[in-house]
Amino acid sequence: MAQYTIRINGKEHQVDATPDMPLLWVLRDILGMRGTKFGCGKALCGACTVHFDGVATRSCSLPVSAVQSSEITTIEGLSENGDHPLQQAWTEHVVPQCGYCQTGQIMSAAALLRENPSPTDEEIDNAMQGNLCRCGTYNRIKAAIHTAADKK
Amino acid sequence: MKSITHPEKTKENTRIYKPGRRDFLKLGSLAATGLVLGVNFSCKDRKKGGEVTTFTANVYLSITSEGKVIITAHRSEMGQGVRTSLPMIVADELGADWEKVEIVQAQGDEEKYGNQNTDGSFSVRMFYKPMREAGATARLLLIRAATQQWGVPEGECSTDNGKVVHKTSGKELGFGELVEAAASLAVPEIEEVPLKDPSEFKMIGKGMPIVDLQDIVTGNAVYGMDAVVPDMKIAVIQRCPVVGGTVKSVNDEAALAVDGVLQVITLKGAGIPPQLNKPLSGVAVIAENTWAAIQGKKALDIEWDLGPNAGYDSEKQQQELLESTKNKGTVRRERGDFDQALRGASKTIERTYLAPYFAHGTIEPPNALARVQEGKCEIWAPTQHPQFARNSVAEALGMDVGNVAVNVTLIGGGFGRKSKPDFIVEAALLAQKSGHPVRVQWTREDDIQHDFYHALSAQRIKAVIDKDNKVAGWNHHTTFPSIGATSNAEAIQPSDGELGLGCVDFPYDVPDIRIETHDAKAHLRIGWLRSVSNIHHAFAIGGMLDEIAEARKMDPVANALDMLGADRNITFTEEMPGGKYENYGEPIENYSWETGRLRQVIERVAKNSGWGKEMPEGYALGFTAHRSFLTYVACVVEVAVDDKNRITIPNVYYSLDCGLAVNTDRIRSQFEGGSQFAASLALNSEITVKDGQVQQDNFDTYRIVRMPQSPQKIHVDIVESDAKPTGVGEPPVPPFIPALCNAVYKATGKRIYKLPIDLKA
Ligand code: FES
Ligand code: FES
Repeated sequence: MAQYTIRINGKEHQVDATPDMPLLWVLRDILGMRGTKFGCGKALCGACTVHFDGVATRSCSLPVSAVQSSEITTIEGLSENGDHPLQQAWTEHVVPQCGYCQTGQIMSAAALLRENPSPTDEEIDNAMQGNLCRCGTYNRIKAAIHTAADKK
Repeated sequence: MKSITHPEKTKENTRIYKPGRRDFLKLGSLAATGLVLGVNFSCKDRKKGGEVTTFTANVYLSITSEGKVIITAHRSEMGQGVRTSLPMIVADELGADWEKVEIVQAQGDEEKYGNQNTDGSFSVRMFYKPMREAGATARLLLIRAATQQWGVPEGECSTDNGKVVHKTSGKELGFGELVEAAASLAVPEIEEVPLKDPSEFKMIGKGMPIVDLQDIVTGNAVYGMDAVVPDMKIAVIQRCPVVGGTVKSVNDEAALAVDGVLQVITLKGAGIPPQLNKPLSGVAVIAENTWAAIQGKKALDIEWDLGPNAGYDSEKQQQELLESTKNKGTVRRERGDFDQALRGASKTIERTYLAPYFAHGTIEPPNALARVQEGKCEIWAPTQHPQFARNSVAEALGMDVGNVAVNVTLIGGGFGRKSKPDFIVEAALLAQKSGHPVRVQWTREDDIQHDFYHALSAQRIKAVIDKDNKVAGWNHHTTFPSIGATSNAEAIQPSDGELGLGCVDFPYDVPDIRIETHDAKAHLRIGWLRSVSNIHHAFAIGGMLDEIAEARKMDPVANALDMLGADRNITFTEEMPGGKYENYGEPIENYSWETGRLRQVIERVAKNSGWGKEMPEGYALGFTAHRSFLTYVACVVEVAVDDKNRITIPNVYYSLDCGLAVNTDRIRSQFEGGSQFAASLALNSEITVKDGQVQQDNFDTYRIVRMPQSPQKIHVDIVESDAKPTGVGEPPVPPFIPALCNAVYKATGKRIYKLPIDLKA
């Protein structure tokens, strides 16, 4: 066990964890922030996506010891009132089915739009291919990203 | 009040009553004030094959003095929108203000809510009428209460947006102001309660957003994995890699040395048959957090007795099954005389079809939280079948069912996996043995390697075309390990139920039909996956019909319509020696197999897709129609195949007839998602077994479609109908796969006889 100070959604947290514990489990099991989901543990599904200094990152494969002074943003910190343009677009298109993958999808999409405010279909495909949706909501995800991009 | 259910009541009959003391005990604060109605209806349990009669309400509808309408939703939500669709039906019939409708999730309790098994695509099908009747009864009571104050005839009043309205005088009263008076009135007999004309519906038949939307997009939705209780520990289990194997010995020293690991506990499995609701043999590591438990599991040193399945090889079994289809099998449907057809053949086509095991791969892996204290057990779990979970936990712990409570969380994908409560029983046993509340967490590797798999299969179809270019004979051999084998090792032939999933209900008007099955032993846990045996049956039949069309020099759509023949209703059972066509658990009189409805969706999909149009180089359309879960679906898939043999799917066209469409947006989303799900099965996914052990373990080896590969535009055309509503969760899957294969053939000249599609093979 070691002690780490990490910054999540603009707030500092002190956590006791083994150095190899992935950020995902620090968030979920230690800090009780459960909007970030577990799907594969191997950076294959994207359910655990957070922003690491603004970059979409799979928290299941990021050891807590590697976080250091970086700024982490999770779904809980994406917007103050759940009204990020992507969250609104997700609601408008009724994207979710079971919904389990969707926080990861939204975090990946948010990182994409920050870098590229009006992505093409192909650019969306590229940015989103690390996020699996078993319910098959890909079409609506794409439509919602375009809607959010247009509003910006 | 003691409620009596009349023996002659069928599920078509609903009884609506004011709850008595017994209900109030269960209702708790819900029943505090206002108008409360209990709705009782018996319903069929597909698995048990009998009526489950309940003596208290299946559903409660309450209206509070603040005008809030509270509906107890008793079905599991897993993406199909049922937590929205069922309350929507009540609210629309009632004339409620949707903004003031609140939905409370019920606990697993069959005595209280009736059958809660959310699979087989039947929630809306079963509850549509009772939900409407409940809403209509409450409406009538509120109107009666208002007319008593106003002194006007009932017939002049209506409800709208949470109010009772008298049009001519302009008078109106909110539901909240009327509930007290309404609650004192006698509940009318169902027969005197008028139902709305469908033209008056404001929500039914329209797209309604799902109720959990905001929670989902903000990360506040609570899935199984998100449930917590104080002092909870996490368990991760190393299960025996071979089904039926057992633990010989464990060295847990290294595991216990992992920071955060508390205990190591051995779990006994059921052996063979493995059962639907029992753990597999394994060793559990209990830890303070999930990561420690995962590390502890890796550090376990276990010696296994791998048991009788240790030599099992899936490829070898599939080849043997294929061989067996050359022999005479057990005849399961016979019409006319196929040998006679063969003698008059001018052409015969014989083809074989192979499909692999598939895993569910729900993005939320199985997990369950259990707390055992003072002789009681409480569960929080993403379960599709809470009552089965409850009974299974009670049995495993040696408790009275009444001492087990099951809280149903949101489900992060089900597709049939989460109707088996094995993982819930694991949690209960570990909570009991460890003395802590325990959440069992499956890793993705656990999930892919220890699933209840969709069975691998081999099929052979022989079709006979006579001198008049008519299809005169159809001989279909199918063989695959049966789901029944998971609970009964003697089950080595597909059941009537499994054959009724797209095989014996071959609807085409061919004079000589013989359908045969062969023995197939199970070596894994076999289960049901979204649309079940329809997946492989539709794959084979849809592919064969395309070849028949080619042999007859006909267009595939024209061929299908010709083979369907004149519109008629088919029953099948009389052509099944000693067997029965199960029709998804519905009496065929209630839900006929109507070829006219299949014809209609075929004609519509042909029109919508521009079937027959000129396609650019490398592009092609493929077609298949298939009825499953009582819903008629025709599908056209457009593919583009590039010079590197990469397949993309620019367009998918569906026409479907699911009777009355309740929530059109959720029907569309089920079809969009269903095509994506089917695309994974057709293009990517495959479970193989060597030495008794599943060879895939995560999404790199068990692949499902990602956005760039996914069908791009999905056009869903819903037939307007006022027939009884039918399932929509599973029906999009079966026809998609052969439609895709037929399109691939058109584009490349290569027929697909084996899934997943491999153009290099
Ligand atoms: S859980 Fe991290 S990518 Fe799947
Ligand atoms: S909505 Fe269910 S996995 Fe994406």
